Amino acid sequence: MTAPRDKLGRPVVVVTGMGIMTSLGNGKTDNWAKLVAGESGIRTITRFPVDGLKTTMAGTVDFVSVDPFSSTGLSERMAELVTQEALDQAGIGAKADFPGPLFLAVAPVEVEWPQRRELGRAVGKPDFNYDDLLRISGGGKYSAYHHRFMFGSVAAYLAETFGTKGSPISLSTACASGATSIQLGVEAIRRGETDAALCVATDGTVNPEALVRFSLLSALSTQNDPPQAASRPFSKNRDGFVMAEGAGALVLESYEAATARGAKILGVIAGCGELTDSFHRTRSSPDGKPIIGCMNKTLADAGMTPDQIDHINAHGTATPENDKMEYNTTSAVFGDLVSKIPVTSNKSMVGHTISAAGAVEAIFSLLTLEHQRIPPTINYDNPDPTILFDVVGNKARDARVTAVMSNSFGFGGQNASLILTREPA
Amino acid sequence: MTETASKPAQTEVWITGIGLATSLGEGLDANWAALQEKRINVDEKGFAPYIVHPLMPVTFDSQIPKKGDQRQMEAWQRIGTYAAGLALDSAGIKGNKDILSKIDMVVAAGGGERDLNVDTGVLTAEAKGANAPGFLNERLMSDLRPTLFLAQLSNLLAGNIAIVHGIGGTSRTFMGEEVAGADAARIALSRIASGESDIALIGGSHNGERKDLMVLYEFGDFNLKDKFAPVWARKDHAGFALGSAGAFLVLESKAHAEARGAKPFAKLSSVVADLARRKTPGDMAATLEKLWAKLPKRDGKGAIISGATGAEPATSEERGFLKGHAEFPVRSTGTMFGHTMETQFPLGIALAALSISRGALFPPNDSTGTEIEMQGAPTQIVVVGAGHWRGEGMALVEAVS
Repeated sequence: MTAPRDKLGRPVVVVTGMGIMTSLGNGKTDNWAKLVAGESGIRTITRFPVDGLKTTMAGTVDFVSVDPFSSTGLSERMAELVTQEALDQAGIGAKADFPGPLFLAVAPVEVEWPQRRELGRAVGKPDFNYDDLLRISGGGKYSAYHHRFMFGSVAAYLAETFGTKGSPISLSTACASGATSIQLGVEAIRRGETDAALCVATDGTVNPEALVRFSLLSALSTQNDPPQAASRPFSKNRDGFVMAEGAGALVLESYEAATARGAKILGVIAGCGELTDSFHRTRSSPDGKPIIGCMNKTLADAGMTPDQIDHINAHGTATPENDKMEYNTTSAVFGDLVSKIPVTSNKSMVGHTISAAGAVEAIFSLLTLEHQRIPPTINYDNPDPTILFDVVGNKARDARVTAVMSNSFGFGGQNASLILTREPA
Repeated sequence: MTETASKPAQTEVWITGIGLATSLGEGLDANWAALQEKRINVDEKGFAPYIVHPLMPVTFDSQIPKKGDQRQMEAWQRIGTYAAGLALDSAGIKGNKDILSKIDMVVAAGGGERDLNVDTGVLTAEAKGANAPGFLNERLMSDLRPTLFLAQLSNLLAGNIAIVHGIGGTSRTFMGEEVAGADAARIALSRIASGESDIALIGGSHNGERKDLMVLYEFGDFNLKDKFAPVWARKDHAGFALGSAGAFLVLESKAHAEARGAKPFAKLSSVVADLARRKTPGDMAATLEKLWAKLPKRDGKGAIISGATGAEPATSEERGFLKGHAEFPVRSTGTMFGHTMETQFPLGIALAALSISRGALFPPNDSTGTEIEMQGAPTQIVVVGAGHWRGEGMALVEAVS
C-alpha cells in the first residue's frame, strides 16, 4: 500500500475521470483512435466566409450545435459535454452534486460580431454612432446577451448544472490556461480544502475577429492547402500555429479519497510549476530562463529528476520561435537526455486549442500512459536540423512511459508545466 | 493508509502594501482626504444619460516610465499597472529584484477596450449595403491595430505589470466580474497561509469610461441614468455608475514581512466566496448569511465595507442582509467610487486596511440611514462583495494585535 502523501508530505492528487473534445471528435475513445492513427482535425473553415483572410483553416468543432451561435456558447456546450464524460467515468458524487470546487479555463468573453451586427441593424438608419447603439441596447430586448457575455457565465452555468461547491473560478493564463486550471485543483487538494476538484478548460473561439487578431500578430500558419498539412511542429518549414477548438475536463481527487471509494485511478498529477516571463508581451526572454525555471520548478514539485521523465508532450505550437525556444530550454534542463526522450506535439493534429490546450494535452498525456503508446507528430517530413529532439514523427510509437512532462507557454509571459505519472505502484 | 501528517499551522497574512488610483485621486492620502470630505467625482454629462466616476488624471510616466509600454496598453491596463506600482512602492519593494522575482500575482480582470471607430465603421458600412462575404474580414484585417489584441487580452494586465515592474514570480488572472476580485484575494490568502507562497500582489483595474461596456450592461438595464444618488438611495432608480479605478494590495506572510522590517496596514484573516443560485428572492441574502457565519469570530470593534452596486434586486437583498447586522456601521464603495467591477472587492479590502491603519472608519455618505456614524477605531472590518448578477464574496480584515 502506497502512502497517500507525496515526498513533501502533501496528499497525492490522482485523476479519476477525463472527458475530451477536439476537432477530431467527441470523447476519449474517438480522439485517441484518431490521434494514434495520425489523423488531422484541421480543415478549411466553413462556419463563416474566409474571403480576405490570410489563414483559412482551423481545427473547428463543427459537430456540436449551439443556437443562437456564439463562441462563448460553443465553449460552454463543449465544457458541459466533456464534464459529463469525465463525471460518468469517475462515478463521483451524485447527479448535479459534485463534491468539490470548479476551476475553469475559458477564453476571455466579449460581445461578438453576430450580436453587434444585430444591434447595428436594429438602429434602423444608415448613419449612426456608438451612442445610437447604446440607446437601443436597453429595455430588456437583449437581456439574454448580458448573461451570455459575462465572463463568469460559463462557470456559473457549469457550477449550477453539475453542483460544484463554492465560488467557481474562471481563469485565463492565455495558452497555459488549461494547465493552470489543473494546478489550481491540485493545490486545493494538497491544502486539504477539498478531496475532489473539477478542472475544465474550453475554447470555442474560431471566429473572424479572433483569427484576424492572431493573423495581425503573424502567429498563424498560412499553409492553407492542404489544411491537414498546415501544423508542422519542429519542421524546418513550420510557419505558425493553427487555431483550434476543444475542451478537456479532469476529475481530480486525493489518492486517499479515490481509493476509499474504490475509484479507478487513471494517473497522478505528480507535479505542477509556473513561472512568469517579464521580458515581452508575446516573446520569451531570449535566455529562456523563465521556461527553464518553470520546468525545474515542476520537477522539484514532483520530487523528480530529469532522468525520470520518459516522454515530453511539448507545447509545440509550430511557430518558428516557440519550437526553437522550447528545444533550447528543454536542452538546458535535460542536458544530454534531450535527444533520447521521445517528444511529440498533439497540435500537429488537433491544432492549438488555446485556453483548452493545457488540459487537452494533459489528457492525451494520461492516455499515453494508459496505452503505453505515444501519438505521432504529423507533417514531420522536413525536420528542423537545429531541433535535435527525438520527435515521434508521423507514426505512433509503442514505448515504456512512466512519467510525462506536459508544457504550456502563453502570451503575457505565462509558462506552466505538469508532470503526470501512472498510478502509484 | 492512516498517515495523518499534521497540517502546518496557518500563517498570519499581512497587508503590507496598498496602491490606489481612483476617481477620487491617486495614493492613500488623496483618497483618504476625499473620503473624509465626502467628495464624490461623477460625470453626469460626458456619457449622458449614463453616469460615470472618471479617473482622476494621473501622470502615468511616474509608474510606467517607458512611453512604448504605455502605448502598448489601453486605459484599463495603464490604470492597473500604475496602481500595482503604487502598491509595490507602498510595500517598500519597488525595484527589489530578490522579492519581485518570487511574487505570486493573482489579478482580477475583465477585457480591454474595443476600437469603437472600427466597430461603427463596419456596422454603418453594412447598413449602407456592404454585404460581400469577406467584408468584415477585410475591414478587420485592414483597420484593427495589430497590438490592440494585447491591450484587450485579460491576462495581459498581469503581463504588463510583470514587464513594467519586473515581476518574475507567478501570474494568474481570474475573470468573472465582481467575485473574481474576491477569488483572487481568497486564493492568494490560502496559498500564503498554507506556506505555498510568501508574498503576493493581488488586485484589479477597471476603466468605467467605456461605451462598449455600457452597451453590455445596458443589455440588462444595469446602467444608472440621469441623476446620481448614493447606492442605498437608488431603489426606485436602480443601476450602477461605472467607475474607473485600480486597486492593488501586497499580501505577505507575517514572517516574511518581519524579516524585511515591513509594517502592516492590517491583516487579512479570511476570504470566502460562493455562488448563490439567485433563482428566488432571498437566495442571495441566504448565501451572504452563510458566508458571514464562515468568517472568524468578530468580537472587536466592527464595521462593514460593502461593494453593493446599486443594481436590483441584488442591492435590496444585500440591504436586507445588512439590516440583520445593524450593529455594524456600513460604508458603500459604490457610492464613493462608482462600480469598478472586478476591482471593487480589492478596493474594499484596501479601504478596510486603510481605515484600520488610520484608526477611523471614513464617514457615512447616505440619506437612507443604512450608513451610520462610527466612533473610535475599527479593529475588524468585513468586506462584502455581491455581484450585480452572480457571485458573492466576503473578507475579514483585522488590526494586527
